[in-house]
Amino acid sequence: MIDLIISPFVEFEFMQRALFGCLLLSINGSLIGVFLLLKRMSLSGDAIAHAILPGAATGYFFAGLNVLAMTVGGLIAGVLVAFLSGITARKTNTNEDSTLASYYLCSLALGVLIISMKGGSVDLLHVLFGSILALDNDTLYLLYFNSALCLLGFCCCYRFLVMDCSDSVFFKGLSRYSGYSHYLFLFLLVFNLVAGFHALGTLMAVGVTVLPAAIAKYWSNRIESMLLIAFVVAVMGALLGLLSSYYYRLPSSSAIVLWLGVFFLLSVLLGSQGGVLRSLKSKAELNEVLS
Amino acid sequence: MKFPCKIVGLSLAFLCSSVAVAADKLSVVASFSVLGDITQELGGDKIALTTLVGANQDSHVYKPTPFDVQTLAKADLIVINGLSFEGWITRLEESSGFKGLRVVASKGANVIELHEEEHPGEEHDDKNEHAKHEEHEEHKEGDHQESADHQEHDEHHHGDQDPHAWHSLANIRVYINNISSGLIEADSANKAYYQANKVAYLAKVDALENKLAAKVATVPVAKRQVIISHDAFGYLGRDYSFRFLAPVGLNTQMKPSAADVAQLIRQVKAQNIKALFVENVSDDRLIKQIGRETGAKLGGHLYSDALSAESEPAPSYLKMMEHNIDTLIDELQKTL
Repeated sequence: MIDLIISPFVEFEFMQRALFGCLLLSINGSLIGVFLLLKRMSLSGDAIAHAILPGAATGYFFAGLNVLAMTVGGLIAGVLVAFLSGITARKTNTNEDSTLASYYLCSLALGVLIISMKGGSVDLLHVLFGSILALDNDTLYLLYFNSALCLLGFCCCYRFLVMDCSDSVFFKGLSRYSGYSHYLFLFLLVFNLVAGFHALGTLMAVGVTVLPAAIAKYWSNRIESMLLIAFVVAVMGALLGLLSSYYYRLPSSSAIVLWLGVFFLLSVLLGSQGGVLRSLKSKAELNEVLS
Repeated sequence: MKFPCKIVGLSLAFLCSSVAVAADKLSVVASFSVLGDITQELGGDKIALTTLVGANQDSHVYKPTPFDVQTLAKADLIVINGLSFEGWITRLEESSGFKGLRVVASKGANVIELHEEEHPGEEHDDKNEHAKHEEHEEHKEGDHQESADHQEHDEHHHGDQDPHAWHSLANIRVYINNISSGLIEADSANKAYYQANKVAYLAKVDALENKLAAKVATVPVAKRQVIISHDAFGYLGRDYSFRFLAPVGLNTQMKPSAADVAQLIRQVKAQNIKALFVENVSDDRLIKQIGRETGAKLGGHLYSDALSAESEPAPSYLKMMEHNIDTLIDELQKTL
């Protein structure tokens, strides 16, 4: 059994690289994901992942499959959309979800426009789906840097972020830095998605960010333990996903996200915090007491 | 009353003039760059050619633009590869209201059957059918009804045949015959011109075939093993006894699993394969990873589904074939 788990990683370097990449992504994915969840912005993550498209496409057309160019392009597009929607929402007193939806749709349309204007040269979908099985050194450095930056950001501003996430109105009254912590978080989110998109593709990168946090929510209501659970779950999903891709010929990135999906369904049923079975049981107990 | 008359008169004049322009040169649409090049060689200055999927572009993921639809609507002749290579062509033809002649260039070519073990009976039938087509064609060039029949047949066999038949010089003679007969049928006034072009082009193909055969013979059959990023080269393999291994299947849209990559790496190590090649139209990150892991060297670009731009090494069909074989053989010679 242990041999079955370890042997693919011993034999093949690409499996090691894939697992290592997933590990790095799990660190910042779980961090960002939990705070996204607390801020009730899980779907915004998806929207911003799409907003990256025109930047990455432009970078690709200028420099080919160059990690740096696509990262910078994606960062610029993602940050622009995230910040514009944040600023517009705060200045015009509208909800951030509607401004973000509008900006990201424009950005997505612009991306499609750029791609089709340049002609369908190399299959850009391939590029946008990322390839966890072919992580080269450049991409791994990027993931490294992203994790380091993310950890540093959270170390410095953990308190601010927690306050901003749990009670942003209170925090606004308390400190004039409230806005900055939100923008710092948005920047880390965009960077995380851009890095994730190199490894797993735009769509699947959101999966490893949002799903572990959603799972953790069913097992704990303390931020620290949620972070830990999310990280462990993300690593487990990556490991099982890679192994099932190895043994059952499944496409790797979807296998990883689907394993996380399985964990999520199990958590919905069995979770100690509001899982279906647990709430049925407590309801039954309550009825017993009442009768 | 005068005013509308003027408009009618003007538009009539305009219509006539555009018809006159169209009659001057045969308007031909080719589906992708390889066919475009061959058609241009055969049609010379008697045709106005538009190529839908241009140089360095991937036909598998082509999306027609309104401009393409417009071009096709006005065309007299369309040249396609067939064998389900251009999955988008039927819809494009329907939506554009194309009424011209359709030439399936691979009609009668010697095609590689995939999944042979699954339909042994069908395959047998198919070979007979092809032989019949070839025979038929020599007597009666470009029979329209026949071409329609064949197309139905193709669609019936969706995905069972390797569509990249142009990588075989033997097949390209069939392509040349088909396209040339199409041109003659659509524009019989210039028959002699088209036939002269065809003879000249076939002579070039013959010369290239001899040259390539001599070049390939310098590497023993057992050493002709390479890795390439998508298997579009089945025909080169058949004609010149190469063995090609690829991490992605026939279609560039399929995503490889870890199992596929692992299997390939094992194979490269076990058989001591030294040469890796990248195509101009596919994602090369995976091939590079395999190179890192096995120590095999990256041996340069091959051209499969599209020609290169004018400044690069494969701007025409014949140059592409020569470049591919040169690149392969040069790299393999280093490992001898």
